[in-house]
This record gives sequence, structure tokens and C-alpha cells, in this order.
Amino acid sequence: MRKVRDFSLMDLEFILEFSPMYLEAAMLTIRIALIGIVASFITGLFCSIVKYLKIPVLVQFINLYIELSRNTPLLIQLFFLYFGLPKIGILLSSESCAIIGLTFLGGSYMAEALRTGIDQVTKIQTESAFSLGMKKSQVIRYIILPQAFTTSIPALCANMIFLIKETSVFSVVALADLMYVAKDLIGIYYKTDEALLMLVLSYLLLLLPISVICSMVERRMRYAGFGNTGTV
Amino acid sequence: MENHLILETQELSKSYENQKNVLNGINFSIQTGEVVVIVGPSGCGKSTFLRCLNMLEPIDAGVIRLDGKEIHQDFKKAHLIREKVGMVFQSYELFPHRTVLDNIILAPIKVQKRKKEDVTKEAVALLTRVGLFEKKSAYPRQLSGGQKQRVAIVRALIMHPEILLLDEITAALDPEMVREVLQVVLQLAKEGMTMIIVTHEMGFAKAVADRVLFLDQGQVVEEAAPFEFFTYPKSERAKQFLNTFHYEAIEI
Ligand SMILES: Nc1ncnc2c1ncn2[C@@H]1O[C@H](COP(=O)(O)OP(=O)(O)O)[C@@H](O)[C@H]1O
Ligand SMILES: [Mg+2]
Repeated sequence: MRKVRDFSLMDLEFILEFSPMYLEAAMLTIRIALIGIVASFITGLFCSIVKYLKIPVLVQFINLYIELSRNTPLLIQLFFLYFGLPKIGILLSSESCAIIGLTFLGGSYMAEALRTGIDQVTKIQTESAFSLGMKKSQVIRYIILPQAFTTSIPALCANMIFLIKETSVFSVVALADLMYVAKDLIGIYYKTDEALLMLVLSYLLLLLPISVICSMVERRMRYAGFGNTGTV
Repeated sequence: MENHLILETQELSKSYENQKNVLNGINFSIQTGEVVVIVGPSGCGKSTFLRCLNMLEPIDAGVIRLDGKEIHQDFKKAHLIREKVGMVFQSYELFPHRTVLDNIILAPIKVQKRKKEDVTKEAVALLTRVGLFEKKSAYPRQLSGGQKQRVAIVRALIMHPEILLLDEITAALDPEMVREVLQVVLQLAKEGMTMIIVTHEMGFAKAVADRVLFLDQGQVVEEAAPFEFFTYPKSERAKQFLNTFHYEAIEI
């Protein structure tokens, strides 16, 4: 039975005692989220460049990947990695599953974000770079990507926060992350309120600073917004 | 140095998918140090012609020769041609994420592998010449249209192109800024820069051109010295074109 409880009845001692466990789990979550976000970004960068260059065959593969990634829940992707792959002899650790799963999910989101940024660089802008004798690779590197990256920052930030939130399903692959610890404590001690409170606080502490930094960066980008805005 | 033929086209033709014969057998040549102005009604193919010369568009038929060598339609090697053929666009197209100086020195450093020091020195000298020394650390968004266009000219010049293509570079400018840009171009002409200029500024065309080309419906309809062309246009189409011009000029 669920009942309403007074916050003052929280078991502070319990909270203090198990805080280190949460901290440890948070560190694990942060580590995996960080690796996953970086890997997602690299994957997204690769996909968006292939799409820009319209490299035959590869583009089709990437479109397929993006559809697959965006239209299946992370939970299912993780199930597949953790329970499905062993059936064909591929055994991955919990951590590898989490990282691969997060990257598989995040890569497509990052790709779409960067893609939008790339699309906003006009054809004639790239032509002006070509007309200076630059090769395609140089135009991509020095002209298109820096601009695309800047305009994509809000979307990239949103993806980052989205991916961190998604880490909350990692416990299904038996990774001792925040959710896992909370479930564990509830299972052992029945301290549901305390365990959940700490879970919420942990995610809040994790996400709040990132969210604040993101909106600061976004505001700065808007202020420094280039292109047609703010001409003299 | 003796002037010599630098760029020529023979029977150059070009269609777009939904627009046939945008260029229809253009024969053209230009000597080093020469300034050719191309005029013609909107949509007659002036931009397309310049873009073909710079390999921004593939051509369907005919030949383009630079320095006597045919430019083959091999777009993997287009960058080698474009290094020698500079181009300035109506919409400036400065790189918004780079300062004025970084706009200018990017290509010489990355494309020509020149030393940053040397290039920076030259960039500063060129900026000073066009009166923009104090803007060297500004971003494009902090510049007026006229200033942007002068930077775009410097950015093309620093590559030491053999020939410069200018496509209506003052068409997007407020009237009071047109002069400052055209003066830079006039100065370049005096110094012997080889240029093909598309413009609607007839006064400027008269002043800067060694030769005027009148293009209509993808064909060279008339080709003459500027005084001759503007005073005694031969073809009916050129007369009509110049008349609408007088009319428009009066309207404004
Ligand atoms: N990329 C393009 N695709 C299809 N048609 C084009 C394209 N660029 C130009 N055209 C057409 O080709 C003709 C010549 O255009 P353009 O060379 O820009 O003329 P101008 O510069 O003399 O005004 C016009 O009818 C224009 O609509
Ligand atoms: Mg044009």
C-alpha cells in the first residue's frame, strides 16, 4: 500500500549511510554517459558527413541505422545487446552494453542535429570557399563544420541531456548505476521514500549544472550569432 | 611582360535541367591586363558564364582554355583551376565564424601552404589599401555591406589569381556604399589586374572596361569598346537594353 508520509519522517541516518553508494553509482553513470555522448557525437559527425557527401551505399546504410536507432526504445536495444547477442555467441559486459546502447541511440540524434546545422550553410557560402581553391575536405573542415556545429549547439545540448536521462534504464543490463542502487536499497531495506529521494536528487545534481551550462552557451551563441543577424 | 591570351572559350554551351541553352555557343577571349565588362538583361546567363569559368558549373559543350590549356570537366581537380581564377559574389559570402583577417589568410595558408607570417603581413597591407586596417579583428557581422565586399575582394586578391571574376558585386549594396567598392575595382584595373566584371552600374562599366560584351539569351550579341557600345549600340536588343536602363535610372 502506498501511503502519504511526512518528509520529516525520512530516515536521515539511512540517507547518510548510503550516500556513498549513490555517489559511486553516480560516478559510474557519469562515466558511461560521458563516453556514450562523445561516441555518439563522433558517430553523428561521421553520419552527417557521409550524408553531406552523399557517398553511395554508405548513405543507405546510415539512413537505415538512423531509422532503426530513432524508432526503437533504448530498453529494447539494451535487451538485444545483453540477452540477444549471447545467443549468437557474443558476450558483452554490462558496461559495454550500456555504452554501445547509448551510442547506438545517441549517434542518430547527434547526426540529425549536425545535419540541420550543415543544411543551414548555404550553397553559395561553400562555393565561395571552393572558389578560393579549397578542396572539398577543406571546405567541410574549415567552413561547413564550424558553422554547422555552432548552429547545432542548442540541439546538441538537448541531446546530451536526453542521453543522460536515458542512462536510467541501464539497470536492465545489471549495471550498478543510480537506478540499480535505488532498486537494490528498496528491495533490501524497504526504505522506498529515502531511496527514491536520493535517486531524484542524484539525477537533479547531475543534470542541473549541465542544463545551466547549456543555456549559458546557447545565450552566448545567440548573442554572438553570426550570419545575417545583427549586421551593422 | 607582354600581354597574352589568358582565358578563352569556344562554343561554350550550358543548359540546366529545366532551362535549356542558358549559354548558347559563347566565343570569348581575354588578354592579361584586360578588363572585360559583361552586361545584359537579368537571366541572360551572365552569372552562369562566370560560374562555368570557375568550374562551379559543368558545361555541356565547347571548350574553356586557361593559359592555353583546356580546362577539362574533371571536378576532382577543379581546385587547381579555382586557385588561379578568383571570384567575388554579389552576397559577399565572408565566412561568418572567422574574423576579417582569418577570412583572408585561410586559403593562402591551407591551399597554397604559405607561411602564416607572410600571409598576415600581406593581408594587413591589402586591408590598409582598401581602408579597412582597423577592421582586421572584426567579425563579418560587424561590417557594413561595402566593407564586407571590400574584404571579399581582398580575400580573392591575396591568392594572386591570374584572373578575377566579379559577379554584380555592388548589386546588394546601398547606393552610398557602391562607390567605395567600385573605387577599389577601378584601382585594381589601373594596376593591370585581369578581370571579367558583370555589373549593372553603367557609369562604372564605361570607366573600367577595355571592352564590353553584351549578352542576351545566352549569346554574345555585341562586343565593342565601351564608348562605342554605350554611344552607338549596333543591335536592336542592345539599344533596347540600354534604353530600359536610362528609364530605370531616371525612375530612381
Ligand atoms: N542552378 C540553376 N538551376 C536551374 N536554372 C538556373 C540555375 N541558375 C540559373 N538558372 C537559370 O538560367 C538562366 C540564367 O541565369 P543567370 O546566369 O543567373 O543569369 P544572370 O546572371 O544573367 O541574371 C536563368 O533563366 C535562370 O533562371
Ligand atoms: Mg546574375
